[in-house]
Amino acid sequence: MVETGHFALVLAFALSLVQMLVPLVGARTGNQRLMAVGGPVTVTGFALTALSFAALASAYASSDFSVASVWENSHSLQPMIYKITGTWGNHEGSMLLWVLILTFFGALVAVFGNNLPASLKANVLAVQGMIGAAFFLFILATSNPFIRLNPAPIEGRDLNPILQDLGLAIHPPMLYLGYVGFSICFSFSVAALIEGRIDASWARWVRPWTLVAWMFLTGGIAMGSYWAYYELGWGGFWFWDPVENASFMPWLAGTALLHSAIVMEKRSALKIWTLLLAILTFSLSLLGTFLVRSGVLTSVHAFATDPARGVFILCILTLFIGGSLALFALRASQLTAGGLFHPISREGALVLNNLFLTTATATVLVGTLYPLALEALTGGKISVGAPFFDLTFGPLMLPLLAIVPFGPLLAWKRGDVIAASQRLMAAFALAITAMLVTGLFIDGASVFAALGVGLAVWLIAGALTDLAVKSGFGSVAPPVMLRRLAGLPRSVFGTALAHLGLGLTLLGIVATLCFGTEKILTMRPGETVELSGHTLRFEGLTPQKGPNFTEDRGRFLLISDGNADGAITSAKRFYPVRQMVTTESGIRTLGLSQLYLSLGDENSDGSVVVRLWWKPLVTLIWGGGLVMMAGAAMSLLDRRLRVGAPAKRRKPAAALASPT
Amino acid sequence: MSARFSLASLALLLALFFAGTAQAVKPDEVLQDPALEARARALSEGLRCMVCQNQSIDESDADLARDLRVLVRQRLVAGDSDQQVMDYIVSRYGEFVLLKPRFSLRNALLWGTPVLLLLAGGLFIVLSSRSRRPASNSVLSAEEQAALDKMLRD
Repeated sequence: MVETGHFALVLAFALSLVQMLVPLVGARTGNQRLMAVGGPVTVTGFALTALSFAALASAYASSDFSVASVWENSHSLQPMIYKITGTWGNHEGSMLLWVLILTFFGALVAVFGNNLPASLKANVLAVQGMIGAAFFLFILATSNPFIRLNPAPIEGRDLNPILQDLGLAIHPPMLYLGYVGFSICFSFSVAALIEGRIDASWARWVRPWTLVAWMFLTGGIAMGSYWAYYELGWGGFWFWDPVENASFMPWLAGTALLHSAIVMEKRSALKIWTLLLAILTFSLSLLGTFLVRSGVLTSVHAFATDPARGVFILCILTLFIGGSLALFALRASQLTAGGLFHPISREGALVLNNLFLTTATATVLVGTLYPLALEALTGGKISVGAPFFDLTFGPLMLPLLAIVPFGPLLAWKRGDVIAASQRLMAAFALAITAMLVTGLFIDGASVFAALGVGLAVWLIAGALTDLAVKSGFGSVAPPVMLRRLAGLPRSVFGTALAHLGLGLTLLGIVATLCFGTEKILTMRPGETVELSGHTLRFEGLTPQKGPNFTEDRGRFLLISDGNADGAITSAKRFYPVRQMVTTESGIRTLGLSQLYLSLGDENSDGSVVVRLWWKPLVTLIWGGGLVMMAGAAMSLLDRRLRVGAPAKRRKPAAALASPT
Repeated sequence: MSARFSLASLALLLALFFAGTAQAVKPDEVLQDPALEARARALSEGLRCMVCQNQSIDESDADLARDLRVLVRQRLVAGDSDQQVMDYIVSRYGEFVLLKPRFSLRNALLWGTPVLLLLAGGLFIVLSSRSRRPASNSVLSAEEQAALDKMLRD
């Protein structure tokens, strides 16, 4: 089975070479038969990659320690779910997942792209083939997951305990669906540049792909943030860590792309910019892969002493980013610029959105790469952490978030700011009220807190205003309004939901940062502690045994109004194979807020160190992310995206959403 | 096997520092004076745990982070201002310890990029919309425009 997987992987590499060459030559020479090769080759390449992945997963599931990768990252006592998720909880397996998703998306274009012009489809598949070939070669040359050990060890070295969590089942696949989803936008852009023209089907195809990739990336980042929050044991949800930034940069650029693609689809303006943004977004995904996979983040020196992988990915990076940008420089002037618009219009607002988002992306990029570049060039070492991003990224977001509610209320081509402002009066009044109430009536509220709450309410009320205005709230009878509301295009709901989700996330962040409370103390069994109106009684520590760990579980009784109201448990876990201790935090969700408890060391006198946090509205941070995803899904269901496709055929996005 | 670096060892490294046996701030470190303690916490958030991956000493479990936290508190108790504490720590550990790099010539590009890019992008947008407007207006002559306005009014 393992050798079958290995063989399938080599075959998939060979097919990707065919996929990148034959359709390209076909499109160049106008040969229909050569162009038609692309589809079946792509689908077969996906089937082989899936077979290869299944072979590796089954080796993990059956704890076949004769495979080096399984031996290093699995253990026979691990629960089955972590045996399987362990398939991609390591470098080799995660790269295999990466190409699996890449070929999956390629196959979707091959199967559902029959309404595309033949040469465009051939070129898109060829570019996908190039990306595939590069990464297949990378895996086979430097990161082969199928290498055998002889003699086979009896027992494995266990999956890193931190990764033994449900988060590993969800976070990396979602993140990769996002990262790699942008490869389709990239391939469409490069294909358009090869052809030297962008036609109507281009925008119609790129927008849903952007939505799909963005939706998964949003989910992946939100899930990763929640995972870090409960797993790492001190309740932080975003650390501005380079690994996080690596996924945040494509998200920011992808958000800009999402908005400029709307302008391009609706008004055929900003064509060249959208194309460039699509290239940049996937380039940032590749950069993220490089940063995380090359070891360069741990230290520049680690990269220098073990350069094989890093240099390989760096070459891929240079080839694709450099190549596509060079092509862009050569061909962009041939593309015709699109429609004109007044600065004050929906297009104008979206241009402003793109300005701030692009600058924010560049800020994160510079903040992430500057220490690496400085060390490589001068040997000087500096750190760029949260305080830097608070000072640069934060101020960039303020004006952007402030103009968000205006965007959807402005007309295309020439908008009326006064009319939009009048419609937003109620939302504005609500935001000001929220700001004043926060500032005046909540103890310890800072200016930042008041401003943040006000801005969040502004976003939420603004999103609802958009729906209210478009359904004629207040100007028509309620039944008519409801009918109009139901009849609104789904993309209008999508926009409103996404902006609403943004407001919810902001509210959660502001509330948690500004009104969260914390206590650090030593507790003996029977003692109680009170935090923000919640009383907890420490019941004691009990030793427990899990399948592949032992733990000391601390039990705390939550007391509300003098009555017991359930328990919170937090544990110190010890994984003997890796000799590692982890903290299992105890979390109790109360409404939208959470009590977060983390157990520390046990002292010799039987008392334990306890850290306790009250995190008001913290669940909104990730809940807002889910609402944003729902917004993207709603937009994907819009009938407009089906225009131009034969009615019997399902559109790509719906087909994509079901198997994942 | 050396090529098998990256995720596994990175995660291991993270795991060591994230989930070690100690907790970040320990009860015995906390100062009696709440105002002083609040200042210590604020300062700690801006100082890097030198042996960790991008963590502040306020969050880190590493011994070195604990030493730094205690040092910060000692200096504060001794009556140093916030700036004096930071200067003292930088003089001992170098600029690497600061999570917010200084505004210096060496870091000009780091701090300058957001501002420069925003200005350049804004300028580009203004200029390109300026250069387009005459073209769009010249489509109609003054008489045609007047005729069109009349038609629209009717």
